[in-house]
Amino acid sequence: MNDQGHFLFLISLLPFLGAVIPGIMIRAGRNACASFTAVPTVLALILLMILAPDVLRGEVITAEVMWLPQLGLSVSFFLDGLGLMFAAMILGVGLLITLYARFYLSGDDPMGQFYTYLLMFQGAMLGIVISDNILLLLIFWELTSLSSFLLIGYWKHLPEGRQGARMALAVTGAGGLAMIGGMLILGHVAGSYKLTDILQAGEAIRASEWYLPALILILLGAFTKSAQFPFHFWLPHAMAAPTPVSAYLHSATMVKAGVFLMARMWPVLAGTDAWFYIVATTGLVTMVLGALIALFKDDLKALLAFSTVSHLGLLTMLLGFGTEAAAVAAVFHILNHLTFKAALFMTVGIVDHETHTRDISRLGGLRHLMPITFAIGTIAALSMAGIPLLNGFLSKEMMLEEASHTYWAGSTWAVPVLATLGALLSVAYSFRFIGHVFLGPVRDDYPHKPHDPPMGLWAAPALLTVLVVVIGVAPFLAEGIVTAAANAVTGADLHPHLKIWHGATPALWMSIIAVLGGGALLGLHKPFLSAWEAAPRPEAKAIFDRLLAAIIALSRGITEIAHNGAISRYLAVFVVTSVALGWIAYSGSALSAPTRGLLPVPAVIGIGWLMLIVASVAVVILHRDRFTSLVLIGIIGLTISAGFAYLSAPDLALTQISVETVTIMLLLLALHFLPKTTPVESSVLRRVRDGVIAVVAGGGVGALAYAFMLRDISTISQFHLDNSYEGGGGTNVVNVILVDFRGYDTYGEIIVLGIAGMVIYALVQTLLAGPVARKLRGGGAMSEVLREGLAVTHLSRDRHPLMMVVVTRVLMPIAIVVGAYIFLRGHNEPGGGFVAGLVVAIALLMQYMASGFAWTQARKRIEYHTLIGFGVIIAGLTGAGAWLSGTPFLTSAYTYVHLPPIEEFELATAMLFDLGVFLTVLGAVMLMLYSLSRIARHAGETVNVEAMDYDPADRVTERGAET
Amino acid sequence: MEAILASAIGVLTAAGVYLLLRLRTFPVILGLAFLSYAVNVFIFASGRLAIDQSPILSRYGEASYTDPLPQALVLTAIVISFGMTAVLVMIGLAAYFEAESDRVDIDATDDRADGEGK
Repeated sequence: MNDQGHFLFLISLLPFLGAVIPGIMIRAGRNACASFTAVPTVLALILLMILAPDVLRGEVITAEVMWLPQLGLSVSFFLDGLGLMFAAMILGVGLLITLYARFYLSGDDPMGQFYTYLLMFQGAMLGIVISDNILLLLIFWELTSLSSFLLIGYWKHLPEGRQGARMALAVTGAGGLAMIGGMLILGHVAGSYKLTDILQAGEAIRASEWYLPALILILLGAFTKSAQFPFHFWLPHAMAAPTPVSAYLHSATMVKAGVFLMARMWPVLAGTDAWFYIVATTGLVTMVLGALIALFKDDLKALLAFSTVSHLGLLTMLLGFGTEAAAVAAVFHILNHLTFKAALFMTVGIVDHETHTRDISRLGGLRHLMPITFAIGTIAALSMAGIPLLNGFLSKEMMLEEASHTYWAGSTWAVPVLATLGALLSVAYSFRFIGHVFLGPVRDDYPHKPHDPPMGLWAAPALLTVLVVVIGVAPFLAEGIVTAAANAVTGADLHPHLKIWHGATPALWMSIIAVLGGGALLGLHKPFLSAWEAAPRPEAKAIFDRLLAAIIALSRGITEIAHNGAISRYLAVFVVTSVALGWIAYSGSALSAPTRGLLPVPAVIGIGWLMLIVASVAVVILHRDRFTSLVLIGIIGLTISAGFAYLSAPDLALTQISVETVTIMLLLLALHFLPKTTPVESSVLRRVRDGVIAVVAGGGVGALAYAFMLRDISTISQFHLDNSYEGGGGTNVVNVILVDFRGYDTYGEIIVLGIAGMVIYALVQTLLAGPVARKLRGGGAMSEVLREGLAVTHLSRDRHPLMMVVVTRVLMPIAIVVGAYIFLRGHNEPGGGFVAGLVVAIALLMQYMASGFAWTQARKRIEYHTLIGFGVIIAGLTGAGAWLSGTPFLTSAYTYVHLPPIEEFELATAMLFDLGVFLTVLGAVMLMLYSLSRIARHAGETVNVEAMDYDPADRVTERGAET
Repeated sequence: MEAILASAIGVLTAAGVYLLLRLRTFPVILGLAFLSYAVNVFIFASGRLAIDQSPILSRYGEASYTDPLPQALVLTAIVISFGMTAVLVMIGLAAYFEAESDRVDIDATDDRADGEGK
């Protein structure tokens, strides 16, 4: 990637980086905050200007960083003429808005927040126009929806703001979802998600049968964003935003995103009948309808909002025409609309700011009171009306020229007449804006005495107005950027000449009709207004609200059936769905013939199987008696470990039997507190239903296992058998896999186990610090239940019997030796860290059980958390040690040592890793069971200081003392 | 042998699913334990059954071995399922102390009360 590419990356990053600044700088005051907000924008603008000359020459600047090339995911940007024009608009207006907002926002508004949202939005918008990957573009697209939601709802205390923000998010977000579908289809057809590739694949895409679905979905996204009929209604409601937001988002940038997308996709999607009829018609309808509604709006911002809708319709229509000349007109009008509309929004903001109202019926005669604002507003509005020598005139003429020779379904007059009508209405509302706000007699009932604002407020619109005039008088100045952008849109090499006088063309006559008609219409505004008010018309917000309510009711209905908060229902749904999916998979393909025979069943194994079946059935039948079911579960676990031992899995047998022991201890401990029986709650019908689900699921899994075991598949196991000794230095392949081949998995697993231990500890800690501790300690129904539970377990008064204490103490060293033995042999014979950890844990647990909690606790030297931590660290360091020899993480090394008098033995780093496993398992198991028993102490169980309730040793010493 | 192992897996699964659909925490935890058994045995069986072919390499010449890979996977799975059971037991216990009931499902009335609280 060259320097230019780096610049492009920087441009895309700057606004997001800058978004952090206002939050910090706001403490330094409002001026500092605004100044620093401008910095990233200015920097990005400078970088853009450095790139601009190359782009204007027709170069395309690209920058790409691969992320997941297999999925077509990359962070890639490109800058062509269209991107340059939009990027300059976004950054340039962004800068003006930063200045304007500084003076517009009052001292009570959190300005830092505002600028952060603004920069986030700016970054998202920039991302859209320079993305080269359509998936990346989608992300930025959604980001604009989100950040505009924040901006529209900036005045959180206003209900209109919140509702408008929600509506904008719902409409544009829904469109964005549709667009994701369309873009995915597009990428699929084109075989690439890179925009530059897709733009080359226009022919193939238009010929594809997926063209129409993709077109409709993408247009849904574009139309919702650009407020095209029938999705136009959200834009006026979004006017609840502060005026700088409206000026930025709703005139210059966000609503143009849809237009931008249509322009971007123009070489790929345009040129078909479907494109023309959908896009051009929608645009035409929107243009006329928007202008008509705007004429009758009293709220200045609503007037401008509908006028924006109308102009966006105009742009959409031009792009829909599908001709190159129309595309040039569209590009030029995008630029012109930006200048006059942003200036107008800012003017309205000033009027609102100064007079405290933006209701046209309460305004008028402001030209004497606010001459500067009057000048700015009038020039901008005249440009909007399309008066010569202003830039709006030029692009409007081009639009009318294109419309004048466009046929719609065989009709030669439909488009020209409607386009003229749209222009006429546009003139009418523009004149109304000037006439009813600035002209007319000065009134004496303004809500606030108006005068021109400080320069900070009018500087930005004034600058835009200068542009309006300059482009209007000397259009060739804009030719460079318009040519570059139009070439980027059409993919052709165009050389349009922007000029004021085209001769007495049809467009000129249409324009004259529009201006005269518009003026006349304004004169008749009063009667028309009363007719408009009397006419029945649908209220978009009410329809939207009803639609939304219906959708919410529908989804709530679905949710309440499938997701009603009852976990037993989820589990049932889950099991049934899994079985159904399994059945579909099974019925969809034929089962191959078995390749293996059955092994014989010796009698002993048959008996074991019978035990397992009987115990399982018994648990199901007797599960209400919880102790009994625990005992029965023990049988199952033991049978399974015996089965493992028989079926050549000694390691599994060892692990299963030790885990079984700790599991039963754990459940016993839990049962100490829980009710000892389960009441009958479910109906017979429900039990039958569950039984059927269970039998079907069990049958399915059993059949699957049977089918699986009778067929051979190719595995990677032989590799492990071949390399275990030479590569891993161990003969117990299972252990070598655990500590060497799949050491990384094991490392993750011990961490998970450690986390589980910590979770339990934390839970108990929170529990015992909260209200539950009070409940446990005394009073209330809870302690009654508990006391009852404890009473059952206290059948024996001798809690720490002498025999048990002595036996466990004698057993302790033996158990430790067994653990060490199992640990040390693990690499070559069945055993290893997991089993050793469990064995030692059981030995320790025996001490707790026999000698009591406090006695054992007092003799504990190392905290169990520490054990877990050491375990994970030792395992991690062992793995990292491999780096020292330049090999990847967890590569093991080993050597054989011969120390007389003992036999030659092996030292392997894997053993250190296994030590980590051992410590973690030990720590986690102990922490879990220890935490559980802590609850018991809070439940009023007495604490024993002495190990034995009756200690014969005391007797001996006492007697000794007597004699 | 394959048939009885498959039937054992089936019975364990069926018992597990049935207990999973009960309405109190303790049977649900037992059901999960059953499912853990079933899944572990299933994964183990996916390495095909073999008798007297432990994956302990013989130092005395050629021998055939069973598939060690599923065993390694199941070994950690057994330990992890213990951890999972322990966490569940603890959560069940904490919920029991808080709610003074070991019911699994939220009552419709509780649910409504929650909704109003928001």
